[in-house]
Amino acid sequence: MSEPDVLVIGGGNAALCAAMTAAEAGARVRILEAAPKAYRGGNSRHTRNFRCMHDGPLGPLIESYHEEENLSDLLKVTGGKTDEVLARMVIRASEACLPWMEARGVRFQPSLSGTLSLARTNAFFLGGGKSLVNAYYRTAESLGIETFYDAKVTHLEMSEARVTSVTYERHGASHQVTPKSVVVAAGGFQGDLDWLARAWGPAARNFLIRGTPYNRGEVLADLLDQGVEQVGDPTQCHAVAIDGRAPQFDGGIVTRLDCVPFSVVVNRDGARFYDEGEDVWPKRYAIWGRLVADQPDQVAYAIIDAKSLDLFMPSVFPPIKADTLEELATKLGLPVKRTCATIAAFNAACGDVSAFRPTELDGVTTTGLMPPKTNWARLITTPPFYGYSLRPGVTFTYLGLKVDARAQCSLGNQPVTNLWAAGETMAGSILGQGYLAGFGMTIGTVFGRIAGEEAAARANHHR
Amino acid sequence: MQTTTADLVDEARRQAEICNACRYCEGYCAVFPDLHANRVFTSGDLTQLANLCHNCRGCYYACQYTAPHEFDLNLPRALADLRQASWEDFAWPQPLARRFHRDGVALSLAVLLGFAALFLAIGALPGEGDGFYAQISHGAMVAIFLPAFLFPLLSLAISMRRYWAATGGGGLSRAAFRRAFGDAVRMKNLAGGHGEGCNFEAEDRFSQARRRAHQAVMWGFLLCFASTASGTLLHYLFNQPAPYPLWSLPKLLGLPGGVLMVLGCFWLASLKRRADPELGARAVRGGEMGFLLL
Repeated sequence: MSEPDVLVIGGGNAALCAAMTAAEAGARVRILEAAPKAYRGGNSRHTRNFRCMHDGPLGPLIESYHEEENLSDLLKVTGGKTDEVLARMVIRASEACLPWMEARGVRFQPSLSGTLSLARTNAFFLGGGKSLVNAYYRTAESLGIETFYDAKVTHLEMSEARVTSVTYERHGASHQVTPKSVVVAAGGFQGDLDWLARAWGPAARNFLIRGTPYNRGEVLADLLDQGVEQVGDPTQCHAVAIDGRAPQFDGGIVTRLDCVPFSVVVNRDGARFYDEGEDVWPKRYAIWGRLVADQPDQVAYAIIDAKSLDLFMPSVFPPIKADTLEELATKLGLPVKRTCATIAAFNAACGDVSAFRPTELDGVTTTGLMPPKTNWARLITTPPFYGYSLRPGVTFTYLGLKVDARAQCSLGNQPVTNLWAAGETMAGSILGQGYLAGFGMTIGTVFGRIAGEEAAARANHHR
Repeated sequence: MQTTTADLVDEARRQAEICNACRYCEGYCAVFPDLHANRVFTSGDLTQLANLCHNCRGCYYACQYTAPHEFDLNLPRALADLRQASWEDFAWPQPLARRFHRDGVALSLAVLLGFAALFLAIGALPGEGDGFYAQISHGAMVAIFLPAFLFPLLSLAISMRRYWAATGGGGLSRAAFRRAFGDAVRMKNLAGGHGEGCNFEAEDRFSQARRRAHQAVMWGFLLCFASTASGTLLHYLFNQPAPYPLWSLPKLLGLPGGVLMVLGCFWLASLKRRADPELGARAVRGGEMGFLLL
């Protein structure tokens, strides 16, 4: 087996975009994917859409979604904590990505039921992220790219700001490879709960990981230890509130709960802590992971009544059901008196609900309640009552490798001549905090392509 | 331990609830929009879903929850198992349906042997005319094949009535009819939503093979039917009994029809041999192959 020109570490969307681009530019490419074939694709397996700017109807996307609007959406969720130059570059490049993806086998479909609000901004993959990953692996194979599964990279040897060799373990043996260029697209470190606990404190041991268990940050740690420039706050991540009964890893989309806007959410002590109706759920789901993480024991409980059960997408786990609030509190393990008092106080603060509209901000608010519920505030009085437990579900961490606009990593103030990064492992450059649905795939695709192009150019130059 | 229909329903329901919380497969075929319209699944709902499924397997290869994931989704198999069970439950006459299902190849051979014996017996009777009427008289042929034509129609009608009642089927609109026939003619549900075909015989690669083979069988059958129908018309209406020359309507329709059907069936059988049996109903593979061979 000949040595590859370009070695891609990781096997998800960004890695595949880099690998395909490099192979199309004539480089011999090898992918080292840490997961077995059945779990290939990292978190991309669980994704479902791609946020894309467009100046007119484009593929499945309707109307238009201009650069400024896309940027302003990003600034809103990140609170300005973004690298605006890189962010604009990603947004501008996204439009050309959509046909590029289609040409490599990705198929789109109209927005899924329950996500119609995204029909203008986000292009949905037919069959979801795993079908995208499958399409890219098929294309990679036809381009002659070698893919090694179960290949865990343990070390990148560096000398004079250059990666000289890469060590990986596969089938119980250690191997060394000396590529001309290296692309790191191996995700965040959320799969390593010890690292999460070091960054967050012991509370992180109660977090659930929504995606792949294979993103343990080994490559990231190895590079940071050697002084490669980092970006992002280690406590920041994309985390949402998910069903507390979800598995520790890989629960994916079916563990999400969309009931919060129609519910009263209490913590372990039966107390409310945040405005459940602040905004429509697609604009708020990403802050609730953090909100729940700040509660005692990192758990919360959403309580609804029979009126609201059919207003949101079903979760994979059936709700806890009871005929009285007392019984529900008992079943959820909540302090009964305190919980019932919280609901009673909420009900007393509800007013006229005739304007109730489940799909838009309806202004049906509480009066004199702290914190208020500013939309969809309806009485919780109609049995049976239902409850869901909520836990923080981490998608990916934001601490990562700092890159420039050409996806290149650096050491001190000088670029590492043959090392580029793409995807979640560098997304912290753009997502300082918060999250914008579908933007992770946009960053991965845009930077994956740039990294692949640069890596191939250097390899071809040094052939 | 014997798996009962109730077990199959429970397993299909478990999987359908996971699918309903995910919805990534919405664009693949008719199963998913129908599935997503429900919040709870009765056994009738699940039977309907099972019979909408064409076993194209697109959803399996796109699924993030297939084994080794603990959710262990395999919707094509769950629906195939339930679909097979529903045929046994609704098909009339039921004892024959069960027998055929479990032991299809043997039964097909038995039927072939039966026909051979029948032809031998008829061969012993004196013929009365030209062409194949030299071997078997028109009267004997009608006596054998008219029941063989009418009985399946009766069986289909009774089975369909039972199915309709169990799945809570309502009245039919003209638009629904038009759409269903349009989908069937184009084999839309084997097109994968994007028109590139299904994932039947080459893992996650899309292929039109199964769709084309199915269409060959269908058009072949329709041509044969048209051939027989035209022969019937010629015989009774125009008083032109068989045999017909090569450039006559019955032969022009029947010959390519027969060839298409035979080729289509062999194609389907070869695709089935290449397909992963784990994604279909394993208990009745014999029956399925028998059906094809027949």
